[in-house]
Amino acid sequence: MDNNKVIETIGLTKYFYDPVKFQVIKEVDLSINHGEFVSIVGRSGSGKSTLLYLLSTMDTDYEGELYIHNELVTGQLDAQLAKIRSEKIGFVFQFHYLLTEYNVLKNVMLPGLKLGKYSNEELEHRAIGHLKTLGMEKHALKMTNQLSGGEKQRVAIARALINDPLVIMGDEPTGNLDRKNGDLVFDIFKKLTEDFKQTILIVTHDTDFADKTDRIITMEDGRILL
Amino acid sequence: MNFKLILNIAFHLLIARLKQTVVAAVGVTFGIAMFIALVSFMNGLNELLDGLMLNRTPHVRLYNEVKPSENQPLDLSYKYKKNVNFINSIKPKDRGKSIYNANTIIKVLKEDKRIIDVAPKVTSSVLFNSGTIEIAGFVNGIDMVAEDKLFKISDYIKEGKVTDLSQNNSIIIGKGLADKMMLTIGDIIKISTSNGNLASLKIVGFSELGIAEIDNVMSYTSLATAQKILGQPKNYITDIQLNLYDKETAAAVAKEFHKAFNLDAMDFQTANAQFETGSTVRSIISYSVGIVLLIVAGFGIYNILNMMIYEKMDSIAILKATGFSGDDVKWIFISLSLIIGLTGGVFGLVFGYIFSVIIDNVPFETTSLPTVKTYPIDYNAVYYVIGISFALCTTVISGLFPALKASKVDPVEIIRGK
Ligand SMILES: Nc1ncnc2c1ncn2[C@@H]1O[C@H](COP(=O)(O)OP(=O)(O)O)[C@@H](O)[C@H]1O
Ligand SMILES: [Mg+2]
Repeated sequence: MDNNKVIETIGLTKYFYDPVKFQVIKEVDLSINHGEFVSIVGRSGSGKSTLLYLLSTMDTDYEGELYIHNELVTGQLDAQLAKIRSEKIGFVFQFHYLLTEYNVLKNVMLPGLKLGKYSNEELEHRAIGHLKTLGMEKHALKMTNQLSGGEKQRVAIARALINDPLVIMGDEPTGNLDRKNGDLVFDIFKKLTEDFKQTILIVTHDTDFADKTDRIITMEDGRILL
Repeated sequence: MNFKLILNIAFHLLIARLKQTVVAAVGVTFGIAMFIALVSFMNGLNELLDGLMLNRTPHVRLYNEVKPSENQPLDLSYKYKKNVNFINSIKPKDRGKSIYNANTIIKVLKEDKRIIDVAPKVTSSVLFNSGTIEIAGFVNGIDMVAEDKLFKISDYIKEGKVTDLSQNNSIIIGKGLADKMMLTIGDIIKISTSNGNLASLKIVGFSELGIAEIDNVMSYTSLATAQKILGQPKNYITDIQLNLYDKETAAAVAKEFHKAFNLDAMDFQTANAQFETGSTVRSIISYSVGIVLLIVAGFGIYNILNMMIYEKMDSIAILKATGFSGDDVKWIFISLSLIIGLTGGVFGLVFGYIFSVIIDNVPFETTSLPTVKTYPIDYNAVYYVIGISFALCTTVISGLFPALKASKVDPVEIIRGK
């Protein structure tokens, strides 16, 4: 426990069986330290997304070991993994995945309500705080279909932040955005690492984006190049 | 698990799909309403018929049947004791219809804790004469107080009172009989019995049961009057009727008294076997129709939940990604179906009640049942409890498979697809 590793993998390996057996992830040993802003790059099909979903605990079909916050996650049950995700991981995907049934504020609060660490009022206060950081506080009571693509992605980031996650993971979070909005999202991530020492792990094929991060992990054919 | 949050999510999903939700709930409403209306109606019918027949039948009746001796003289012979004896042309023995030692038996029975009360009776077939007409019928000599207590006979006395029978030589005759013979209260009716006795009795009332076959032949007098016109002594009793606190034990009690008093004993279930069958069939019909309707409603719920799951794949995926477990997702969808079932079911109860009231007010006139004016309904809270439990069971079962499916949605598959 004397190190500050947020994520560590030992010999992470994954196969796909459909249509033929093939190894997507090959013996990946990786560790991410607290406060790092890391990007994973590589050609399309090199296994970046697959690796990220293994690290996210959502994909449990793999060989090797995965540690989050020095705790062995491999082999834990669905409910325990859900709890780990709730407490320790915030997600931002290419698509925003906001619930159309709720307004912006409620969307941001939802993972917090699930975790139940803070009271309703406190959560609301915190959600507004995050929306303010992202310049979205005036949209708090809008329904999600009243927002632009860039705005939706910023709401998704606020949602990822609500439980003070250990790490924020993103799969091409700027992939659907134009240059301007993409830069805006990058600046938000940058600010989070600088101001709050937020650990961030982003899969991207945008090399401009990757070049600005602290550390670049390059994948090729299911392996990481050092 | 945070059920408030789960219910909140379920509720928002429903609101977003209000139209389909309403359609699914209406299916449940319809099923429950029909079930309640049917069961209430069928049981109303059952009660009506039970009231007409069963309530007038004693739980146990003790009497002397005309039949051959069970112990023939040959059976007593030592010589043939071990043989199988065939006896031809046995004739029934005339022991008389009188119950031997009736008063002692009645006294014993009245002390039995299982018995509500005992009503002795004298019945005989007679001929009613008025002018030149002669009509065959029956006269029942009854103990007015006991008969009224056990069989509510005063309900059927349309003119006059049962207690009027305490006057000497008075009689209450069936309405049908009175109409045929053009008799009114205060008239004298002549009665001849099978042993040739003649008596003149004063009519003090009419009885109307609503079953023409009975109203056309039946008459009531006091025990004493009946004994007198039959030329029998004060201890002449042909039937001992008794009602039990627990009528389900009637068959066993009848058997016991048959042995104890050496009398024939008939329990009401045996006496009215055909009515019991009718009641059972009606119950089965109403329950099966209700269940079929609910199964159909269940498929409706199954459909809408399945549809919702396909539509809400993204939401399920993000819920799982952000910390909701498979169980949480399962409970969201089970709550969905419970909400549909509960609202649909409660409306079903309300509409079921309304339908029952409507049926209750539909005129229903038939000559054989003159006392019945509208269709009968049995308002019973038990049907409503069964109805809502049915609704919840079907909705939970039909929601269970979609819910399990939703709980197994793999978020990675959904998120990668975008
Ligand atoms: N469900 C799947 N079944 C079989 N093969 C898959 C599946 N998902 C992805 N793949 C394959 O695995 C490889 C890695 O995919 P992915 O991790 O999405 O790559 P990247 O994100 O780097 O573009 C690709 O060749 C892709 O075709
Ligand atoms: Mg990818």
